[in-house]
Amino acid sequence: MDWLTAAGSPAQKFTLMLFAIVLFIGVVALILFLVDRPKNPRKWMLVLGFLGLPMLGLGFGLVYPAIDTIRNSFLNRDGTRFVGLDNYVTALTDAQFLLVLRNTAIWVIVVPVLATVIGLVYAVVVDRSRFERFAKALIFLPMAISMVGASIIWRFVYEFRPDQQGIQQVGLLNQVLVWLGIPPQQFLIDQPWNTFFLIVVLIWIQTGFAMTLLSAAIKAIPDDIVEAARLDGLSGLGMFRFITIPSIRPTLVVVLTTIAIATLKVFDIVRTMTAGNFGTSVVALEFYNQSFRAFNSGLGAALAVLLFVLVIPIIAYNVRQLRLSEEVR
Amino acid sequence: MTRKATSARHRRRTLAAGASLAVVALALAACSSDDGGGGGEETGAAPEIDCAPYEQFGDISGKTVHVYTSIVDPESQAHIDSYKPFTECTGVEINYEPSREFEAQLPVRIQAGNPPDIAIINQPGMLRTLVRQFDAVTPAPQAVEEEVDANFSPEWKEYGTVDGTFYAAPYDANVKSFVWYSPTAFADAGYEVPQTWDDLLALSDQIASDAGGPPWCAGVESGDATGWPGTDFIEDMVLRVAGPDVYNQWIEHEIPFNDPKIVEAWDEAGKILKNPELVNAGLGDVRSIATTPWTDAGQGILNGTCWLHRAANFYAAQWPEGTNVAEDGDVWAFYLPAMTQDERPTLVAGPFIAAFNDKPEVQAFQTYLASTDWSNVKAKSTPGGGWVSANKNLDPSLLANDFDRYVYQVLTDPTTVAGYDASDAMPSEVGAGSFWTGIVNWLTGQSTQQVVDQIENGWPSD
Amino acid sequence: MTAIPSTGSKAGTTSAASTLGQRAGKARRRLSNPWASGIAIILAILWTLPTAGLFITSFRKQIDIGRSGWWTVFGDLFTGDARFTWDNYDAALHGSSTNLAQFFVNSIVITLPSVVIPIAVALLAAYAFAWIDFKGRDWLFVFVFALQVVPIQVTMIPLLRQFVNWGLAGSFWTVWLSHSIFALPLATFLLHNFMKDIPRSLVEAATVDGAGHVQVFFRVVFPLMIPAIAAFGIFQFLWVWNDLLVALVFVGGSPDVAPLTVRVAELSGTRGGAWHLLSAGAFIMMIVPLVVFLSLQRYFVRGLLAGSVKG
Repeated sequence: MDWLTAAGSPAQKFTLMLFAIVLFIGVVALILFLVDRPKNPRKWMLVLGFLGLPMLGLGFGLVYPAIDTIRNSFLNRDGTRFVGLDNYVTALTDAQFLLVLRNTAIWVIVVPVLATVIGLVYAVVVDRSRFERFAKALIFLPMAISMVGASIIWRFVYEFRPDQQGIQQVGLLNQVLVWLGIPPQQFLIDQPWNTFFLIVVLIWIQTGFAMTLLSAAIKAIPDDIVEAARLDGLSGLGMFRFITIPSIRPTLVVVLTTIAIATLKVFDIVRTMTAGNFGTSVVALEFYNQSFRAFNSGLGAALAVLLFVLVIPIIAYNVRQLRLSEEVR
Repeated sequence: MTRKATSARHRRRTLAAGASLAVVALALAACSSDDGGGGGEETGAAPEIDCAPYEQFGDISGKTVHVYTSIVDPESQAHIDSYKPFTECTGVEINYEPSREFEAQLPVRIQAGNPPDIAIINQPGMLRTLVRQFDAVTPAPQAVEEEVDANFSPEWKEYGTVDGTFYAAPYDANVKSFVWYSPTAFADAGYEVPQTWDDLLALSDQIASDAGGPPWCAGVESGDATGWPGTDFIEDMVLRVAGPDVYNQWIEHEIPFNDPKIVEAWDEAGKILKNPELVNAGLGDVRSIATTPWTDAGQGILNGTCWLHRAANFYAAQWPEGTNVAEDGDVWAFYLPAMTQDERPTLVAGPFIAAFNDKPEVQAFQTYLASTDWSNVKAKSTPGGGWVSANKNLDPSLLANDFDRYVYQVLTDPTTVAGYDASDAMPSEVGAGSFWTGIVNWLTGQSTQQVVDQIENGWPSD
Repeated sequence: MTAIPSTGSKAGTTSAASTLGQRAGKARRRLSNPWASGIAIILAILWTLPTAGLFITSFRKQIDIGRSGWWTVFGDLFTGDARFTWDNYDAALHGSSTNLAQFFVNSIVITLPSVVIPIAVALLAAYAFAWIDFKGRDWLFVFVFALQVVPIQVTMIPLLRQFVNWGLAGSFWTVWLSHSIFALPLATFLLHNFMKDIPRSLVEAATVDGAGHVQVFFRVVFPLMIPAIAAFGIFQFLWVWNDLLVALVFVGGSPDVAPLTVRVAELSGTRGGAWHLLSAGAFIMMIVPLVVFLSLQRYFVRGLLAGSVKG
């Protein structure tokens, strides 16, 4: 059994990797085979067969820790004493945390909307052009860059040097300002604009995701619909408004939802660029700091629960969409 | 054999299957025979240290000690090298795991029941949290305590002591009360190294008027730890203005964080850090201190845009290759002067060696790290310099360069009154939280009183 | 999810495959109007410029990086003052006692199962949510989808504790299982949305022929899902490849298991600030994701043909 947990040479590692893949595919195949054995399987067997494994994984890996977090949020800093709603009171009344909530709200509204809009516009304008592949690769590029890479990239954009003899700008944005005759700015310090400069980074990353999915959806619009609309005299913006948007609506919802939830959880951008200073912190970063820096597990857990709560409107919107589509089916 | 021995550790509680035991046994046998044959990876020479102290721990050959630390490449190699004589003596392999996320990850591993054998902890404040909140650290064994008593001053032993129990021996030592400057530039301009705080302020004003710009450069940006370089300056001033006794009361929260004496010291630092005439040379206005990376801040000394930069001894590592670090060279550091010439309050810091179990091989390794043998070996295996110990019995001639010897001399000088870095010793909510953000808020506009009041209000109550 | 546009019904019978065939026959055209071209070019430049800057930076000397902007190299090229160096890449590649190739191997070994396993499991779940009618289905689906918001950090200690109990700590299994679990909610959500849009008529036709759910899954649903699977797979590949947190928590820095991200994150040095090395490290990290994207881009193009709109 030794080789199962300790692989040393590359050959051993790849063997272990193949074993893991085959093992899981085998388990999935076995489940399906067993479900399929009876001629007319009962519904509960079907449901258990298809949902058993995923639910087991989710229950163990996400649901249990989430419940544990909710429990911790009612306990004190080291989890030894019940403190009722104290942590929530702190999280919702402290001026510092109110600012954090406001910032999170800005992030979760601005990032999904702008990333989706830009991704959509780009997908439409490059669609079926000669350079489509290349053009899409450029926008996709930021997705392929790790967070560490992204944070230094943007450092070289926002870096500030004073307007002074013998000193050159190192940050691109300030150099542009200097070329235009405007004094260089400390982008990361001035509130509230600094939050937007941080948001730009996430939009820069997420637009590739939106563009890719939306582009695929646009390509899936059947040609005869497009042709029919063209015969009806639609083109350009009219086509976009009356054909493209309605056709890809479901994908738009998926993209917006996914990016919104991802945005709620993002904290490394803020952590690496301002460490939450200058009034730029977000709930996910405060949660991280309280849990892993201040060792205040109670308050940290309460902030994590706030994240769960913030996602409720997004869920409600999706439930509505789900209902609508059920009616159509 | 390191690999199999390592995996044996991971498995130790679970896979009790005969097969795996056999493999482990084979691995162990192979390891020990390896060492029987003369051990070291590089040479077959006898160990350069006395192996006798480790015989009391019995037959520990073939065991592995897992060390978790925040010291990554390129500094890590010197540490790994310095463990080799121990391995040659005892046959114990050292598995060195560095991580920049060490501070956040160590408590996670402890809480999950997967602690390392030994962790090199950077803050006494964290050591206290680990002892008091997680009850995770094993008290130092007798042998370690004896070594520390023999080699270190009582102050340094005290830093590794929590609630009267001695847990952790000192590892390295750093001196933070330095001002970096360019001796050649000073000589050309006819400036003298100042001997008192008032001299320093006078010199700053003089350079400002001579050079027509601010003489000081400063930066406190440090990723998610932004603010800490600023806390050092404040701490230095508390030591100088309020004195070491008040300083220690301040750390222990026996006086409030916003005590008038602290405010006074803080404002004294503000005479430089918040004075637009004196900062921020070549880097912008006062606020730019908050966004300038501390690693870059002092570089202006080399090209003449900056004259003075307060930073710890380890800023030496930031100078580009080829810089002449010498008392009459491109850069050097002078002691940040006190109020009078006779006092030598000095801000020091350094990591500590905490163990999470009392296995004999772990205790043997702890003993080695607390010994003068290790200090000397470490000095030799750090040819690039930048490493100093507070060990009184270290042979200074083994240190890599003059600057390290100068730092060592400051550390062990009997007239030096050491104060341990307060932000590292305070509870991490303050020392790695509100104190850091307080610095940033202070530099970007808040008054001293506002800042210290906020920190005092956020001091953890239970 | 689908709200069918009124025009959609016209195409009710056109299969995805034939649409593709029609399109392949069409000649590619130029961008239709100057406005569109302008927008595309501006966005492309804005999105690429920061990365290009880092790319140039990664070849500059440490001392130059702090003194002048990367764009100055263009001017310097004319005057002949431009200085480039391989030192940053050399240090990033060979600066460690462990061969970087080993971290590459680890990254690949970590990533592939972490992509395949969640897809296999999520396909089961997505199928159940899309095509098996059972009580409470919608609520369960919404619940699974909502689990996306659970921050990975709250799961670290409970999960690691179990892995330690099972004796898996420090092995590849911990990262495979963790990544798979963390990916499940999003994978289920996305795959479900595409799966639901497979024309009901196709599924019903198979059911009428007496096929059970398992047969429908393999004969009808799975083939149509291949593009969607590929698309999600590539995203999951990128996320796992670039992940640092999960790797740090579950396998730590041990060179036997640690992926490339762990090594690159350490390039900034014990006290941070070694940007010249980080910039080189970031590009070394990017090679594999870029190759994957460029070579599999065709799947994005056709990627979700089966989904999104009933074809």
